[in-house]
Amino acid sequence: MTGPTRGFFGRSHPKRDERLPPGQYNVGADWPVLTAEVTPRFDPEQWTMTVDGLVDNPQSWSWYDAHALPQSEYRGDIHCVTSWSKFDTTFGGVSVDVLLDSASPKPTASHVLATSTTGYTTNLPLEHVRGNKAWIVWSFDGKPLPREHGGPVRLLVPHLYFWKSAKWVNQLTLLDHDEQGFWERNGYHDLGDPWLEQRYQGD
Amino acid sequence: MQGLSRPTPNGVAIRLDVPDRVEHLPGQHYLVRLTAPDGYTAQRSYSVASAPSDPLIELFVERLDDGEVSGYLADVLAVGDQLEVRGPIGGWFVWHGDSNAVCIGGGTGVVPLVAILRHAAAIGRAERIRLAVSARTLAELPYADELIAAGSLVALTREATADGRAAARLTADEFSGLIEVDATFFVCGSAGFAESASSTLVEMGVPSTAIRVERFGPSG
Repeated sequence: MTGPTRGFFGRSHPKRDERLPPGQYNVGADWPVLTAEVTPRFDPEQWTMTVDGLVDNPQSWSWYDAHALPQSEYRGDIHCVTSWSKFDTTFGGVSVDVLLDSASPKPTASHVLATSTTGYTTNLPLEHVRGNKAWIVWSFDGKPLPREHGGPVRLLVPHLYFWKSAKWVNQLTLLDHDEQGFWERNGYHDLGDPWLEQRYQGD
Repeated sequence: MQGLSRPTPNGVAIRLDVPDRVEHLPGQHYLVRLTAPDGYTAQRSYSVASAPSDPLIELFVERLDDGEVSGYLADVLAVGDQLEVRGPIGGWFVWHGDSNAVCIGGGTGVVPLVAILRHAAAIGRAERIRLAVSARTLAELPYADELIAAGSLVALTREATADGRAAARLTADEFSGLIEVDATFFVCGSAGFAESASSTLVEMGVPSTAIRVERFGPSG
């Protein structure tokens, strides 16, 4: 069916916020939790962040090593495929560029598979985590990232739908091909650009 | 839209005849998209309550205060109206019918579990399903009669049940009575309910790989 829904006019929307991608709404101060797994409890002292696969220097950082790297912040919006967007967030951590520069990806590397302590995975084209577009983050609004939101540490790729920002991330594996992750195998889009409304496979 | 009922004071079940539909798996959801005359759209996801064998798709919608989509579906939508839907969606929180399933739902989180229950009955495998559900009051529990008839444990947090269970959340004893080796655990409800139920299962020794969680957030 195309065309209007009988009797639906929507909230007054003459001034729809230009920061909202198509089909999204502003969730305001809330931050819904939508995880398909049990929230893990892990000790940051036991956590390591590993970059491996098609790199010249596979690297692992402990919690303290990672905090000794140059830190940076993301200030901006995030967009969940379930149709909420959250404006003006501030996340702090380390740019994925810093991790990748240290590991030196091989010229054949074209994609990244991010993996979490839970076994959750998600796939990303390499250029989408390069150029100050992706971080591993441990703070939100200046406070430690809450567990249910991926704390103590998660991936942040805010220009893509938020399932790409893997909670509890501990590994980035560089590949010369795209390899679907958890939600991508379960019907969600391989790239997930909210501005192109790439929610599901086939979008 | 072929039928509408109000199983709870704040909820509507809408039954849709979806042309050329792809058969769903119990646990999956549909997206409903509303379009205003000026092209403005709003969309939300709703769990399917019906079994795959049901000729219609049944979605349960909780009416939220100020809910842009749920308010329309609950108050304006009428039998015979056309609705734009997309689905089925989701390949993780699904029961394929070939394993034992322990289903634990809170509030409207029982809806995908009702689809699992109905599917189990339709394929003659009702014995594979164990159910425990929680709500504030019986009146607020969607599909309460059907769940009770299927033998579900019902925990009400604000009132006693008809069989004398005092008002309380699901207790540790009740959880331990649900534990079953080789079953898949389906936990669905608010973020708080899902968090507490899934972490209780893990504390009782259920491997986290055996637990599938669907967290509902109010989403208008």
